[in-house]
Amino acid sequence: MKRAWRWLLPLAAVPVLALLAYGFRLNPREIPSPLVGRPAAPFALTSFDGAKLDLASLHGRVVVLNFWASWCYPACYEEAPVLERGWRAYRDRGVTVLGVDIQDKDEAGRKFVQDFSLSFPNAPDPGGKVSVDYGIYGVPETFFIDRQGAIRVKHVSALTDQIFKDTVERLLAEPAPPR
Amino acid sequence: MIPEAGTGALLVALVLALYGATAAAIGGRRGRPALIESAQHAALGVFALITAGVLLLVYAFLTFDFSVRYVANNTNLGTPFYYRITSLWGALEGSIVLWAWMLSIYTLIVILRHRTSARELYPWALSVMLSVMAFFLLVMTVAAPVFARLTPVPGDGRGLNPLLEDSGMITHPVALYLGFTGFTVPFAFAVAALITGRVGDFWITTTRRWTIVAWYFLSLGLLIGGWWSYHVLGWGGYWAWDPVENAAFMPWLTGTALLHSVMIQERRRMLRLWNIALVMLTFGLTLFGTFLTRSGVIASVHAFSQGSIGIFFLSFLALVVLAGLGLIALRWDALAAQGELDSVVSRESAFLLNNVLLVAATFTVFFGTVFPLLAEAVRDTKVSVGAPFFNQVNVPLFLALIFLMGVGPLIAWRRASLENLRRNFLMPVLVGIVAAAVIRLLGVSSILAVVSLALTVFVAATIGVDLTRATRARLKMGEPALPALGGLLLRHNRRYGGFIVHFAILVVCVGVTGSQAWSVHTETTLKRGEETALGGYTIRFDGLRESQESNHGKVTGTFTVVNGGRAAGTVLEPAKKFYPQEQSPIAYVDYRLGLLDDIYLVLGDFARDGTSATVKFQVNRMVSWIWIGGLVLTLGTVLAILPERRRTS
Repeated sequence: MKRAWRWLLPLAAVPVLALLAYGFRLNPREIPSPLVGRPAAPFALTSFDGAKLDLASLHGRVVVLNFWASWCYPACYEEAPVLERGWRAYRDRGVTVLGVDIQDKDEAGRKFVQDFSLSFPNAPDPGGKVSVDYGIYGVPETFFIDRQGAIRVKHVSALTDQIFKDTVERLLAEPAPPR
Repeated sequence: MIPEAGTGALLVALVLALYGATAAAIGGRRGRPALIESAQHAALGVFALITAGVLLLVYAFLTFDFSVRYVANNTNLGTPFYYRITSLWGALEGSIVLWAWMLSIYTLIVILRHRTSARELYPWALSVMLSVMAFFLLVMTVAAPVFARLTPVPGDGRGLNPLLEDSGMITHPVALYLGFTGFTVPFAFAVAALITGRVGDFWITTTRRWTIVAWYFLSLGLLIGGWWSYHVLGWGGYWAWDPVENAAFMPWLTGTALLHSVMIQERRRMLRLWNIALVMLTFGLTLFGTFLTRSGVIASVHAFSQGSIGIFFLSFLALVVLAGLGLIALRWDALAAQGELDSVVSRESAFLLNNVLLVAATFTVFFGTVFPLLAEAVRDTKVSVGAPFFNQVNVPLFLALIFLMGVGPLIAWRRASLENLRRNFLMPVLVGIVAAAVIRLLGVSSILAVVSLALTVFVAATIGVDLTRATRARLKMGEPALPALGGLLLRHNRRYGGFIVHFAILVVCVGVTGSQAWSVHTETTLKRGEETALGGYTIRFDGLRESQESNHGKVTGTFTVVNGGRAAGTVLEPAKKFYPQEQSPIAYVDYRLGLLDDIYLVLGDFARDGTSATVKFQVNRMVSWIWIGGLVLTLGTVLAILPERRRTS
């Protein structure tokens, strides 16, 4: 075989390696949710403090609906302070953060809320009905619901301050529904 | 305290591995025994430190030290004792620890066995092994630190993935990783051969046994994985062409090719280039397998985690592949000098064809596995490649391979005469044809099943022909029958070990064929006391009961086999387990295994008051043959790696 030709052998491996490297840009867990663009499924839950949480009563506000669990390290642990900061910054501008604790033990969920001093409403989802309605695949997953009550964005994995801010600002910029 | 000690041990091990790799390389280049000896001491130190790391981690698991994130993620206070130990490799970080630990053990054995026998290659092989070791230590300390702390310390851990709470968890990863890491040894010697330019046949004979051992553990790992899938996952199958199964299957295919092609090199001095490339490919595929499992690049039921680890593995994979192939290109002239085929009808060409088919199968599996990635890169669409693709392209390849399995061992080297062909194959071919006719007459309608079973009979007949002929020759010399056969197996242990492994593959093949062709299943809702029949068996639903286990709740259904020969009277209790940390309940399968039929039940939905339940009822045929094949495989392998006695006789 000619001298130069044999170097084709290692070269041939390059495209395959490039393809694998490309794979890092993708998130296989990010399955396009059919719910985006549809009205958010209604639910009524009782929070850890005993208060009633009804999605219908939040019509006209932007809702950040977050599904979490106390056993979900590290993502839910990274995300909890982000949600709390977002709630404090935007609660007076028409944004509500709602936490739904799924597949968890009651005490563990309460301890989580206490440890992170979460002041936004958090409720357990006994029987998992709400998480089934929203097609939860893993935790954490977050749904951004606009003022018309439609799901606009589904975010898989931990939120960052930037994503929270950008998404909420975008939804707030839209006109409010007629009362 | 424990996490710091563990991290410290691993960091020191990393430094030692890097030092050892360098010292061995310099020692090999300059011919300085003192440096090589120092590298050996470093390898011993690495082993001791990783062992210490493993023990510290086990201790953290046993004492529920939830300040270690890995412990908190993989156990909770309810996890039973032995799963707290196996939790060690329950997820990414710990699996890497297990991997590195095994590699350090292999390295020690290489030192013990080869430090005097392979003087030229040994220092470089040691250097390569320690470099690979250093990579894994780098992953363990930087990319996926197993001793990372967790704050705040939770009161209880998340718990092991419930599907992993099974006896298969103890054996499957261990066997698989022994296989994966085992291929590092032939790889290290191949690289050593390329670096030193001694690309002759010495490295092949040195690593032959290593290849067999690695191949055996990989086979065992795959079979145990199948068993695990079969009796845990509750879909009644043992193989799904999942990306991660494929990842373990690809090195098995190339490893199988290697086992055969080295024989040609040993005997005819051919295929040097091919063999060295196969070793590179096999080792590269073991890394690719780990990359695939652990990077989360391709969606899979096995993909546990994502993170920076993928980039580490991909970089290392790129280094290994590019450096390996580059070295081959560099030594091209020495490698390319080789003999030629004398005839198409010869053992060489049968083996060559076997290699081509195995590598073709590897490429189809590889292509199918990365196709979703390709589709997303080129067309930006999400696709998944399912079992139909893999079956369609691989089944013909595997059938051809089984045919060759009968031809290869008996056909003559160089050029087979008509007399040789007639003597060896006339009888097996006739037996195969008769078998096909009989199977067809028995009412088997699937052509695929007929072909597969007839081929199996043909190959078994070739083994029979060889054994009877050889035994008869010994009988003529006056030996009694059984000692004659035993002596034959032991004296020609390599050849007959191979035959037994072939026989094991046939047994597995019958199991796969039978289960694919004749298994039946149904799903039905039964009221208490009601019966349903399937495939010659009738079961009755007798009720439900609820119980609380250490770390989960459980609803158990009771079903009695009321009709079905020896199986009648068997009580089966499939259940659903409810783990607090899981989204959906986990099915607990119950089954009755038999040589021909398995009765296999999975509990579905049920009425809370226990008056009715839905059950998935399967009668799976001949699946047990697959597991029996695994036992035979073990026998054959042990025989094949015994030291050869022929020369002393």
